[in-house]
Amino acid sequence: MIDTFFNTGIIVAAWPILLQGLLTTVELSLLVVPLGVVGGAAIAVLSTVRHPWVRWPLIAWVDFFRAFPPLVLLIFLYAGLPFAGLQIGAFGCVAIGFFLNTGAYYGEILRAGIESVPAGQNEAARSTGLSRLQTMAFVVLPQAVRNVLPDLVSNTLEVVKLTSIASVVALPELLYQARQAQSVTYNPTPIVAVAFIYFLLLWPVVRLLSRLENRAIAGRR
Amino acid sequence: MTFWDRFADTTFWDRFANTTSTSWDRFADTFLNTAVMAKYLPDIIDGFCLTVWLAALVVVTGIAAGLLLAVVRSLGVRPLNWLIIFIVDLFRALPPLVVIVLLYFGLPSAGFLPNAFATTWASLSLVLMAFAEEIFWAGITAVPRGQWEASRSTGLTFWQTLNSVVLPQAIRLTIPPLTNRTIAITKGTALGSVIGLSEILSQASSAMSLSFNPSPLMLGAAAYLILFLPVVVLGRWIETRFAWHR
Repeated sequence: MIDTFFNTGIIVAAWPILLQGLLTTVELSLLVVPLGVVGGAAIAVLSTVRHPWVRWPLIAWVDFFRAFPPLVLLIFLYAGLPFAGLQIGAFGCVAIGFFLNTGAYYGEILRAGIESVPAGQNEAARSTGLSRLQTMAFVVLPQAVRNVLPDLVSNTLEVVKLTSIASVVALPELLYQARQAQSVTYNPTPIVAVAFIYFLLLWPVVRLLSRLENRAIAGRR
Repeated sequence: MTFWDRFADTTFWDRFANTTSTSWDRFADTFLNTAVMAKYLPDIIDGFCLTVWLAALVVVTGIAAGLLLAVVRSLGVRPLNWLIIFIVDLFRALPPLVVIVLLYFGLPSAGFLPNAFATTWASLSLVLMAFAEEIFWAGITAVPRGQWEASRSTGLTFWQTLNSVVLPQAIRLTIPPLTNRTIAITKGTALGSVIGLSEILSQASSAMSLSFNPSPLMLGAAAYLILFLPVVVLGRWIETRFAWHR
């Protein structure tokens, strides 16, 4: 049993490629999280515009990408774009797919945050002579972010976990490397090792979150 | 050929070296080819039915198991609670795809031969269970201590208090976050395609390989939208419906 699932020899042999996978996962996360946050902030700021020609397309956009499973979006880009004559590579597909998907989620969260800031704050800031943009950047957004911090952290955790689907399009992140090592050794140890790595990496975030979320739900009453 | 082999291959793109479309006609012929779509529609419908069935099973078992764990946790048995917290944390920290791959490729070595459906079902149920437990538990702890004490002092038993006083209030608080989480996890049914489960994405991508035309992918995308767009809109409605309570 121990030899099958926790084979130390295989862990030692597979360690370099798993480490490379970890590095790719970290790099990928460092790319897609800021991409998603920027996209989301744009959506959230745009949704403060009350005009129906802005409002409804925006809601449709967000709901569309919230309804589309991320893996389907990724395969769609990866397998569909070449037929349209576009070859942007696995990395490009992952970046675009994550931008579209996680941008919609971050947008929804930040919009809720902006709505939670009282209108008086906006009016007061504007009446002191700050421009619309300055008010948004220095008065509204900082408070909005603070109000929805648990949701932002939670979504970021989900995004980091979601980078594992990049393995399906042969991007050499953690899960892909584990699959490679598993298919060479005919032993599930590398996959177990990767599960351990994910758990050790993300457990502190999960702990932090359950504190923040308990407080948030208790505060809703 | 499993789904994984089809795409996790670095030479995948080489096959498209000479496919460059220029005009709209060619584009429509490529992406909205009605003949190809008609041919593979039955397959996509099969995948759709399987996805709906799997999603329904995951929602029922995942939420039921989560509620059960939250109730057990409210009993306050220390070692049991540590175990529950560990399991919940584990499945919140692991990516669902890692859980699926681990079960699917790990269990044969332990002497079980899992099928793709059971593996996807079990994995997503475990993940939903973890998130549901956390949300239900937060709801239960949000009900003030005084309500427990008041109910118990009127002569209600522990279970009566939980069932008629605490849970009705707790569940109301948990509906918006639980709805969102449930939608997100049910969308994970697409992950089953990685281990060869013949749901929508898998059917669409094998149809695409057979016909060398991406139109089935468009059909698959439409099928997902038909399935999940109403759910997302419903979720939005539930959120606003319960929000005024804040």
